[in-house]
Amino acid sequence: MADGTLPTASRREVLAGAGLVIGFSIAGKGEAAETGGKLNAYVQVAPDNTVTIAAKNPEIGQGVKTMLPMLIAEELDVDWSAVRTRQADSDPAAYGRQFAGGSMATPLNWDELRRVGAAARVMLVAAAAQGWGVPASECATASGVVHHKASGRKATYGSLAAKAAEAPVPDLKTVPLKDAKDYKIIGQPKRQVDTAAIVAGKPLFGIDVTLPGMLYATFEKAPVFGARVASADLAAAKRVKGVTDAFVVEGGESLDGLLPGVAVVATSWWAARKGRDRLAATWADHPTGAQSSAAFEARAVELSTQAPGKTERNDGDVAAALAGAVKTVEAAYAYPFLAHANLEPQNCTARFKDGKLEIWAPTQNPEPGRQLVAKTLGIAPEAITIHLIRCGGGFGRRLSNDYMVEAAWIARQVGAPVKLLWTREDDMRHDYYRPAGWHFLKGGVGASGEIVGWHDHFVSLGQEGAFARSAGMSPTEFPARFLANYRYDSSLIPCGVPTGPLRAPGSNAIAFVVQSFIDELAHAAGADPVAFRLKLLGDKPVVGEGASGYAAGRMAAVVKLVAEKSGWGRKPPKGHGLGVAFHYSHLGYFAEVVEVAVDPGGAIKLVKVWVAADIGRHVINPMGALNQVEGSVLDGLSVALHQKITIENGAAAESNFGDYPLMRIGEAPPIETHFIKSDHSPTGLGEPALPPVLPALCNAIFAATGKRIRRLPIETELLKTA
Amino acid sequence: MAFRLNVNGKTMSADVDGDTPLLWVLRDTLGVLGPKYGCGIGACGACTVHVDGAPLRSCSTPVEAVGAAKIVTIEGVGADAVGKRVQEAWIELDVAQCGYCQPGQIMSATALLKAKPRPSDADIDEAMGGNICRCATYTRIRAAIKKASGQAAEA
Repeated sequence: MADGTLPTASRREVLAGAGLVIGFSIAGKGEAAETGGKLNAYVQVAPDNTVTIAAKNPEIGQGVKTMLPMLIAEELDVDWSAVRTRQADSDPAAYGRQFAGGSMATPLNWDELRRVGAAARVMLVAAAAQGWGVPASECATASGVVHHKASGRKATYGSLAAKAAEAPVPDLKTVPLKDAKDYKIIGQPKRQVDTAAIVAGKPLFGIDVTLPGMLYATFEKAPVFGARVASADLAAAKRVKGVTDAFVVEGGESLDGLLPGVAVVATSWWAARKGRDRLAATWADHPTGAQSSAAFEARAVELSTQAPGKTERNDGDVAAALAGAVKTVEAAYAYPFLAHANLEPQNCTARFKDGKLEIWAPTQNPEPGRQLVAKTLGIAPEAITIHLIRCGGGFGRRLSNDYMVEAAWIARQVGAPVKLLWTREDDMRHDYYRPAGWHFLKGGVGASGEIVGWHDHFVSLGQEGAFARSAGMSPTEFPARFLANYRYDSSLIPCGVPTGPLRAPGSNAIAFVVQSFIDELAHAAGADPVAFRLKLLGDKPVVGEGASGYAAGRMAAVVKLVAEKSGWGRKPPKGHGLGVAFHYSHLGYFAEVVEVAVDPGGAIKLVKVWVAADIGRHVINPMGALNQVEGSVLDGLSVALHQKITIENGAAAESNFGDYPLMRIGEAPPIETHFIKSDHSPTGLGEPALPPVLPALCNAIFAATGKRIRRLPIETELLKTA
Repeated sequence: MAFRLNVNGKTMSADVDGDTPLLWVLRDTLGVLGPKYGCGIGACGACTVHVDGAPLRSCSTPVEAVGAAKIVTIEGVGADAVGKRVQEAWIELDVAQCGYCQPGQIMSATALLKAKPRPSDADIDEAMGGNICRCATYTRIRAAIKKASGQAAEA
């Protein structure tokens, strides 16, 4: 498993190898470690000094299988070259929460996993000291070796491991940690532990899981979300060579659960697909069939002229402020549904045997999957084993486990191991989409070029006062709290389209709206967009209280840095424009500048992007960090330029990369990234670099053409000047 | 019916319908799992293999069209000096994020370098334009191709 390929031995077998297994219960943050004698292993030291470290969280390309073990290895005080990693199964009793979401791996594990490594080091030192009959305090460590300076004695971790395993586990809360100046791994660029295996084409992914006697399944659901099966020609599907079974899955009504559909199972996936093509399935009517993107939009415009459903925040007197403004601006912003489009379509492999279910799941969020499967199949959660498999992209899609419960259901029904694989079209048409939304904004500027009032009537999806999943906006969202007169109203449109988190949920849309409208106000005030933003951020280091406090000082610093690095204020070549934006999300402070060139035909060329970021005092793995920033930036640009899901008759109209295009290499601009190392605990990087790039792009287009983008994706037709 | 295929220098036989895409014969019948399924319509390049040296989308190539041609997949590309250099550059620059598309990227890049040992940016755009990276590792893909071709990457 050292090369990261799919496990063939069980975890227990791996751990049964000779050497030291050091385990700790890491309960929720700030809670006491669990007791009860269950040994939970992160660290194993072999006699040859090889150290195997468990990677607890799902790997989706964000680099946690490398970064989290780096934290342990640093405090264990071993060379990174001696470290092997292994992917942990989903086992929260041993590892605490295991998920890939919210860019939380760093903030949740920064302290905890360093302490795990430090505690293991203390145990090894204790074993050495005891053997030598010297105080532990006289011993030091380096590169996997314990030294006793006074006597010159040395012992490798490998030689101490067996004895150390019997030492008491020190208190994780008080275990000594290194001074940051002594770090040898944290802050050093490290390649992903699976890089060589990826490049060699090893079977690492969910789609590659292969079990003896395994069958292949495809599952057809109604185009209209949640509609029941009316008819399907199961016999015709079964006549296809290789098809072993075809059956209707009744499913339920919850869009978060097992939905109705038809399963076709075969000895190869292609045979299953061919069988599926013969189903000629028809579907019962469903109320969502009457819904469409166009109707949502029409309703949004209608609602914008009516009294809002709710006033979410109302500071000062916005109406009076706007009435007294020197200039006012009104603008309507809109953004569409988006699919996640993981390049590896959803899939899962399951085996049900003797009342126990074993699942190989490329999931970002295994434990809710376990609960869903247990509830739907009526089996105990403890009867389910979930192996975490490398995901061919996550982006939030795999926080939902619909494909997991489908695979489990089908596997139990056929009584053989089953690999369920969705088609690309299934994947595009059965997503939990980034919700569409509409913002109707009014703003005003005063005599000294400041914003005097801001009113957002946000028409979103949801009902009975509750936003649909990932369709909300916080009442503390910027620029709330920075303006004396700020009002945020909301109105909701009921929606039967499943929605959910997409990379930087909420922020990926809100930043576009807020930072574009700030730009509109800057231009109304005749102010420089950078200077206008710095004025808005003000002089206070932090605005707001506690966890929701906004570190305006950190943001101002990245705005200044990105302005400097991009040469803000220079006169760009003809047809070019520079745009700036900033956004705080996922504990990260990001400011970005985009330079574009727009030709008379309206074609947009992305010239360059500059990023300034503050994610705290350490960038744990700079090699992975730069990749995350660059990927996030290009992801955001791709969304702004190309992507939209259109709901027609209650179903997604787009189905593949022909009508849902993703950015290609020729469009990708160079990206220059700068980190400010501020004195804060390090935070995550999977998401916060994405939101500001959309408005920075749109603001750059305005600078180049004088045309304001208020709707995504950008329609280049509107930018034509010839 | 039975097909005899030359995969990475080995003869393998597969008893499948002639219209089965090469990708699924490789993956499900022969256990060659490096080529990936992304779209099924030749639009993303994750399934790219070499057939007699030319990059081909195996998801939309029926197995009956392949005949006795030499098929090389990501598993076999390292036997070629150019392929090996490309793989090494990919490792050196740690190109991948999730890694799912990278077998296809490497196959396309290797074919490019075999045809044009010192490709320009425009050559790279054209040859690699059929390969989607959803994680958008494009800046590193470009740099790795330049590195493998002995050209300095731009800052």
